[in-house]
Amino acid sequence: MAKLILLWLKCVVLWAIVEAVFEDQVGKFDWRQQYVGKVRFSHFDTHVQSSKKVLVATERNVFAALNTRTGELFWRHVDKTGSEGNIDALLQHGQDAVLVVGNGRLLRSWEINVGGLNWEVVLDSGSFQSACLVGQQDMVKHVAVLKKTAISVHYLSNGHQKWIENLPETETVDYQAVYSDGNGEVYVLGVVPHSHIAIVVYSMEDGEIIKQMSVEAPWLYNIQASCVVVGQGMLTCVDSAGVSFYMLDLHLQLQMTQVPLQSLALEVDPGFHPVLLSHQPNPARQPLSEFFLQLGPDHYQLLQLNNGQIAAMRDFKPALLVSFATTGEKTVAAVMSPKNKTACSVNLFSAETGRRLLDTTLIVNMDPNGGKPEKLYVQAFLKKDDSVGYRAMVQTEDHTLTFIQQPGRVMWTREEALSDVVTMEMVDLPLTGTQAELEGEFGKKAAIQDGLMSMVMKRLSSQLILLQAWIGHLWKLFYDARKPRSQVKNDVTIENLSRDEFNLQKMMVMVTASGKLFGIDSKTGGILWRHYLHNVPPNAAFKLMVQRTTAHFPHPPQCTLLIKDKDTGLGTLHVFNPIFGKKSHVTPPALPQPILQSLMLPLMDQDYAKVLLLVDDQYKVSAFPSTKNVLQQLQEMAASIFFYLVDSSQGRLSGYRLRTDLSTEQIWEVIIPPEVQKIVSVKGKRPNEHVHSQGRVMGDRSVLYKYLNPNLLAVVTESTDLHQERSFIGILLIDGVTGRIIHEAIQRKARGPVHVVHSENWVVYEYWSTKSRRNEFSVIELYEGMELYNSTVFSSLDRPHAPQVLQQSYIFPSSISTMEATLTEKGITSRHLLIGLPSGGILSLPKMFLDPRRPEIVSEQSREENLIPYAPELLIRTEWFINYNQTVSRVRGIYTAPSGLESTCLVVAYGLDIYQTRVYPSKQFDVLKDDYDYMLISSVLFALFFATMISKRLAEVKLLNRAWR
Amino acid sequence: MARLPTFNVAVVSTVLFIACTDFVCCNNGRRVGDNLETEFSGFSVPLEHSFEVDDVAKFRVRGALVLKAGREPSVSLSQNQLSEDDRTKLKEVAAVDGLYRIRVPRVFLQADRQTERQMEGYLTAFVRACAMVESHLSDVISLHTDVSGYLIGVSIVTLPGACRGTEVEDEVDLEVFNTTLSIMAPVNAPGPETALFLERMEQESEKKGKNPQEQKSFFAKYWYLILGGAIFLMVSNSAQPPAGGGREQS
Repeated sequence: MAKLILLWLKCVVLWAIVEAVFEDQVGKFDWRQQYVGKVRFSHFDTHVQSSKKVLVATERNVFAALNTRTGELFWRHVDKTGSEGNIDALLQHGQDAVLVVGNGRLLRSWEINVGGLNWEVVLDSGSFQSACLVGQQDMVKHVAVLKKTAISVHYLSNGHQKWIENLPETETVDYQAVYSDGNGEVYVLGVVPHSHIAIVVYSMEDGEIIKQMSVEAPWLYNIQASCVVVGQGMLTCVDSAGVSFYMLDLHLQLQMTQVPLQSLALEVDPGFHPVLLSHQPNPARQPLSEFFLQLGPDHYQLLQLNNGQIAAMRDFKPALLVSFATTGEKTVAAVMSPKNKTACSVNLFSAETGRRLLDTTLIVNMDPNGGKPEKLYVQAFLKKDDSVGYRAMVQTEDHTLTFIQQPGRVMWTREEALSDVVTMEMVDLPLTGTQAELEGEFGKKAAIQDGLMSMVMKRLSSQLILLQAWIGHLWKLFYDARKPRSQVKNDVTIENLSRDEFNLQKMMVMVTASGKLFGIDSKTGGILWRHYLHNVPPNAAFKLMVQRTTAHFPHPPQCTLLIKDKDTGLGTLHVFNPIFGKKSHVTPPALPQPILQSLMLPLMDQDYAKVLLLVDDQYKVSAFPSTKNVLQQLQEMAASIFFYLVDSSQGRLSGYRLRTDLSTEQIWEVIIPPEVQKIVSVKGKRPNEHVHSQGRVMGDRSVLYKYLNPNLLAVVTESTDLHQERSFIGILLIDGVTGRIIHEAIQRKARGPVHVVHSENWVVYEYWSTKSRRNEFSVIELYEGMELYNSTVFSSLDRPHAPQVLQQSYIFPSSISTMEATLTEKGITSRHLLIGLPSGGILSLPKMFLDPRRPEIVSEQSREENLIPYAPELLIRTEWFINYNQTVSRVRGIYTAPSGLESTCLVVAYGLDIYQTRVYPSKQFDVLKDDYDYMLISSVLFALFFATMISKRLAEVKLLNRAWR
Repeated sequence: MARLPTFNVAVVSTVLFIACTDFVCCNNGRRVGDNLETEFSGFSVPLEHSFEVDDVAKFRVRGALVLKAGREPSVSLSQNQLSEDDRTKLKEVAAVDGLYRIRVPRVFLQADRQTERQMEGYLTAFVRACAMVESHLSDVISLHTDVSGYLIGVSIVTLPGACRGTEVEDEVDLEVFNTTLSIMAPVNAPGPETALFLERMEQESEKKGKNPQEQKSFFAKYWYLILGGAIFLMVSNSAQPPAGGGREQS
């Protein structure tokens, strides 16, 4: 037993050494990018003139401060996902930012310089309506939060509640807005739709109702959408049906006065709901008396309220976006108008006069592969000569933030679409131009056409090109060597992209939920191309497939993205070049029918593009590309093309076979009653996976052969009964060709979410054990037994014997977010599981620990086989975290790709952040270490060489001397 | 060696399985009388097959499956011989590499009444017709149920499974089905085995406790080594000065 413990310790120590990154390797092979998501609220920090901060609160429940000079994060706070962490409002005053979070559940105040939490209070329940800062005598000391049934006022300094009052008549009145202009009163505005406005005025001191009024407004149903407060407390509303303004003085509250838009010579675009935009620079003062009215999608009007009279000041058409900004005492209006197809211009106008300010034009170049501008945030500042200068932050449809300085210099861009990556692929980079030229010159066609002489000439010329490239390379090396290391920059651009020696640098093609595609260099993380797909439905499902790799020069590589609307099932195809991001000239077929299934076949057409089969809801199959050659191949292969469909709502798994006329026939069906359990995931194996060894050598030197069925599917079900005693999860292993149930097991007293990895001859899944209240891992391994049925080829149709199934379970001390297995070129390297933890760590767990053959009682043979004795708990060792301190927030998926080195696997973890690194599951057995001593070994070699030479000479002399003697 | 852990798992899972099926029965809340009744009577459903040259399924009755529900569901099959026509047709289908399909209706084994047992739809499976012919109609059919007794899938394989293109001369070989039939319920996946592990750990610590050698203190165990080391040090210390001195003297 002592021996056993010693062995165990050895193992542990050994593994402890294997993992971990050396200190000087930090950031050498890995990078991380942090994102915040689509911006919902944004405020520039204006309390200090030289401040470099912009605060953003996003739809991904993140609150962060960005550096306006570089676009980097100063700090970031990631809240819970879903509605619990939803940011309802962001108010900023001085150094404090007040957030209302989780539909009015929490009120938080942050110190914006360092991002520390000042205070947090839990608010009374009730759905959130509106919030505003309340000032008195030019001092802002309170924040008012309006809920459906109550209003509460809190101190800004410590969050304590000053008073809370229930609102009157909440059954009928829908309170929607709260307003204050620094005169010691808080106005709560409510509406009884299509009847009247209810106004309740509270005293700031003690929350007493000062006044309560209702004013007829039969046309109004939503205050926030159609009303603003302008000037000296004048509630101004616009009615699209009546085409007129309605004004109500909040202090007097007599009656609404109607001003038809026609009397101001204004006309609303047909079908457009007009929108008002006002500006209150200081919550302790009254709002500006100037305001914008949006009359159409690209039509704005600046208006002024003067002594109760509205006057038109300036008409802006075309204008895409408008925004107010205040600096010091000056308020300006920024208007963005289209200039030409690729650029927009922003101009500043004085808010008081409506006059254009000189030298304030800013040109915004629109990315042709981006979206339209959606929001404009303006940071205004006073220059030395007291004129107003500004910078603009433009948010576009594709969630990009661009920060622009006059006269149009882009200071930074943030691609916030990358905070929501849905799927990705890694594509090999192409060869360099010279390499490609060589390839092309000695292609098959050339050799036949050209004669002897021309071939010789070609060879010579290509040798010359090579020589030239080599000299160029040497020169660059020499030139760089003289510069200090920090200045040497290897900027990767789309022009100098080329494959490296070991294929470690690849192109990451990322598809985001917003419909924007990115091409990212895996070595540096630089975005090399971006492409925004317009008209992507908001709930689309994406599937990215590589149809042609870079290996088929001169044919360009080709990726196909299937975009499917989840509601209708209708799909579209986007075909593009993954290296340059350009849309391919190949026109994809139109898909008039909903798509049920898509599958990539290993067949290729004459241009080396793999064939994509699409199955529609009539069970008809269409091929892309669908050339004659492809159709002919398909006809020949039809009898061996099988596919399966899963209908989880009916629990139906069915298999189909392709017929020669591209119709299909159902050949098997398995129905899992959805009343008892529902299918939650179906996992096949990755098609590019290689398994090097067919079996495992046992302690007695016999071989246990693996059951390597490439068509095997792991189907996971969860019980509909969620009672903790009766809930279970089911694992079915089904052959995807024959529909044969290879193994059926249930894990009792267990619940999802279940994470599954299916590879080689094993399935690993993780679940929540309701009985023991812990996370557990289970591993299933399949073996054919001591002899192989048919060692040359695997056919699902001819494998009559059921495999042996081994299973073992373990306790895991943490919940997990996602799981994936490492993948290498030839599958020689041992496998690790990469586990994304909710804490932000990515754990590399050796598969060795998840092995159902781990013995409970150690024997001589199990020791011979290097099996670790069974221990029910899997430990998390800190050295196993491949991202050391680089936390990856909200990991959603992990992508693994093989590199040219067998030992190395490229890993990308994506979620809110993106993290790229390399892992070496069996250490770097095929690479010399970084600190390998070349000098020593070469000097020893040389020394030995010379020593032999000299001793040889000496020996000769000695022999000669002896002969003379 | 390889068998050992397999065996363990199997034993444990069967133990668990028995325990859990007990539990399921209790929870179902069925009346005991009914349960007994179904256990004894059993009921039959048709097993149908289809093999057509044009591969359009036309199912005909091949036999009757008699299912016995209960704690350990069992199944038996009574089936007819293949007729002369069918035999030639099967060979024709095999010649064009067609499929031999079977199907069974979806049934719920635990239901009390016949009407509740039958459900809409069929479960289908197939083998290549040539495999059926070359194996002389010896097939293995297994029916799979889920936890609550619904039939969820059927599978068929032939033994041997390969199509080698060997001609079946004798018509008699294609007359009688030689079917191995089984019904399979899901196995219980094992949970982490803490009890055994703890027991083992306890045993180990007990062993340690019993072994007097382990209890000895460090000095008691290695006194000879320490003593030897000390002597060696002393000897080498005392030996060196004279040697050095001697050299100095000379």
